[in-house]
Amino acid sequence: MNKTSMSKTAILEIKDLHATAGGKEILRGINLTVYPGEVHAIMGPNGSGKSTLAQVIAGRDLYGVTSGEVLYEGDDLLTLAPEERAQRGIFLAFQYPVEIPGVSNLYFLKAALNAIRKRKGEPEVDAMDFLSLVRRKMALMEMEESLLNRAVNAGFSGGEKKRNEIFQMAVLEPRLAVLDETDSGLDIDALKIVSNGVNTLRGPDRAIVVVTHYQRLLNHIVPDYVHVLAQGRIVKSGGKSLALELEESGYAGIEELAEAVR
Amino acid sequence: MMAAATSELQEIRRRAAESFETRGYPTKRDEEWKYTSVSAIAKAQFPAEAPSLTGNSLRTALEQHPGLIEEHLGRYASSEENAFVALNTAHFEDGAFLHVPRNTVVEEPVWIDYTAVPDRTTHPRNLIVVGANSQVRIVERYRGSGRYFTNAVTEIVAGENSVVEHVKLEEESAQSFHVATIQVHQARNSNFKSHNISFGGLLVRNDVNAVLSTGCEGTLNGLYLATGKQHIDNHTALDHAAPHAASHELYKGILDGISTGVFNGKIYVRKDAQKTDAKQTNKNLVLSPGATINTKPELQILADDVRCTHGATVGQLDEEALFYLRARGIGEIEARDVLIYAFARDVIERIGIPEIREYLEKALFERLVFSRQSSGGAL
Repeated sequence: MNKTSMSKTAILEIKDLHATAGGKEILRGINLTVYPGEVHAIMGPNGSGKSTLAQVIAGRDLYGVTSGEVLYEGDDLLTLAPEERAQRGIFLAFQYPVEIPGVSNLYFLKAALNAIRKRKGEPEVDAMDFLSLVRRKMALMEMEESLLNRAVNAGFSGGEKKRNEIFQMAVLEPRLAVLDETDSGLDIDALKIVSNGVNTLRGPDRAIVVVTHYQRLLNHIVPDYVHVLAQGRIVKSGGKSLALELEESGYAGIEELAEAVR
Repeated sequence: MMAAATSELQEIRRRAAESFETRGYPTKRDEEWKYTSVSAIAKAQFPAEAPSLTGNSLRTALEQHPGLIEEHLGRYASSEENAFVALNTAHFEDGAFLHVPRNTVVEEPVWIDYTAVPDRTTHPRNLIVVGANSQVRIVERYRGSGRYFTNAVTEIVAGENSVVEHVKLEEESAQSFHVATIQVHQARNSNFKSHNISFGGLLVRNDVNAVLSTGCEGTLNGLYLATGKQHIDNHTALDHAAPHAASHELYKGILDGISTGVFNGKIYVRKDAQKTDAKQTNKNLVLSPGATINTKPELQILADDVRCTHGATVGQLDEEALFYLRARGIGEIEARDVLIYAFARDVIERIGIPEIREYLEKALFERLVFSRQSSGGAL
C-alpha cells in the first residue's frame, strides 16, 4: 500500500475471505486492505461477488463465511452482530434500500444515531440539534424536508432511495462507508448530488469502498485505488486509470484473466 | 332482577333465558364457533355477580327513564343468533347507559370502565343511544385480575346523521374468559367507527355487527395481540341493508407463542343496497412457528351495482427490513419491536382520540416486552 498509510492501522483488512450462499461459493479468496483517508473502488461484472462482499462486511447472515478473516480497526469483524458493526462506524449504502411502512424516516434516523452515540458513551441527541443536523444534510442532498415524516423508503423513487442512503450516511458519519452500486439507475443530476454527498464525507480519518459496475461514478468520486473483482477474486488492482481501461475494454478480458488465475 | 323493568323488557329477557336453556353453549360443530371452543367457560361455572364499573349505571337509568331504554334495550343484539347474547340478556344486572340528545356534540370522550374480580361471572350490559346530528366518542374498557368470565353486550344506536366513534379496549387478565358482542344500528347518513382492541384474556371472542341504512358510513377496525396460549376470535358483520352506504374494515393481528387467532368478516349486501362500497382487509403477523391464525372473509352480495373488495394476509416479520434496521445500528430486539409496532400502527392511528393512541403505543410496547420475557413468546 502507499507509503503515507503504512504507519496507520488499517480500517479494514480482508484476508483470504471465502463465503458461500445457498451452498455455492461466491467469494473465493478476497484480499483487501483499506487505510484511513482512502477511497477504494471495487468493479466487476454482474455475479462477480461485489454485492456479496459488501453484505458480508455489513453482517448479512445469508452468506456463510467458510474461511478467512475480516478485521475492522484491527478487531475481528465477523463475530459482531450487524448492529454492533454499525455502532462501531460501518455503514452500508444498500443496493436495494428496504421499504419499511409504518416507520418514519425521522424516527429511524434518530434511533440509528442514538444507537451509535450510546456505543460511544454519548447522551441521546438533543431534539433541536438533531433537527438542525438533519436539515443541513437534507439540503446537501437536495431532499424535500417532507420526506422526514414519510415512512422509510416507502413510495420513494429509485433515485430518492439512493439519495436517502447517502443522506443517512451524512447524518451518521461512519468511519467506513461501503457503497453498494449506489450509482445504478441514477440520472446525471442525481449522480452528481450523490457523489457530492459522498465527497463531503471524505476525510483523513475515514475510508470509503465504492462497489460499482460502471466507471461513470468514478468521474465524480475519484478513487485512490481500483480493484477488479471476477469470479469471487480480485484479479487486478491499480490506480484510478484502471477504471478507464476497463471502460475501454469492458469486462470480457477480465473474465479471461479470472479463468487464468483459477 | 330489576324492579323497575317493564313487562316488555321482562318478556325479552324471559325469551332470552328460554333460548339459552334450549340451545345451551355453542359447540365447535356450530359454524360460527368452528375454531373457538367455549367448553372451558361452561365448565368453570363462576357464580354471577353485578359488574363493577365507572360510568352511568344502566340499572339507575332504567329506574329514572324506563321509556327511553325500553325503546332500545334488547332490540338489536340477537339472543336467537348468539347464545352469549341470550345469556347476557337473561341475566344482566347492570352496565352503562349513555344517551346523547339530538344536536349535541360531546367534546370529551366518555369512559366506561369495567374491573372484574376473580371467580365471578359478570354480564355487563351497555346501551348507547345517540340522537340525530350528534357527535360522541366512547371508550369501553375491560380489565380484571385472576380467573373470571366477562360476558358483555353493547348496543349502540347511531341516530340520523350522527357521528359516533367507539373504542373497545379488552385488557382482561391472562387467565380470564371474555366474550363480547357489539351490536350497532346506524340510522340514515350516520357515521360510525369501531376500534376493537384485544390484548388480554386467555379465551376471547368478539362479535362486532353493524347494520347500515342509506347513506351511512361504517368503519370496523381491530387490533389483536396474542401470546402464550391466548385464543382471540373476532367475528364481524357489516350488513348493508340500504343503498349508498360505505363500509371500511381493517383488522390486524399479531400472534406469538402458541396463541391462536380467528378472523371472520361477513359483509352482507341486501338486494336493494345498490351503490354499496365495502372494503375489508385482514392482515396477520405470525411471530412464532407455534402460533396459528384462521382468517375467513364471507361476502354475500345480492345487489348488482356494488363495489366490494376483501383481502387477507398472513406473514412473518420482514427479514430484509430487520437487517436494514440492524445495519443502521438498531439492536435486534428494538428492531423487531419497531417493525411490530409499525405493523400495528395503522390501526392505532385511525383512532380519533389522541390519549388513546398514546396509551396504546405504550401498552403495545409493554406487551411486547412481556411476551418476550414470558416463556411462550418468541417476540
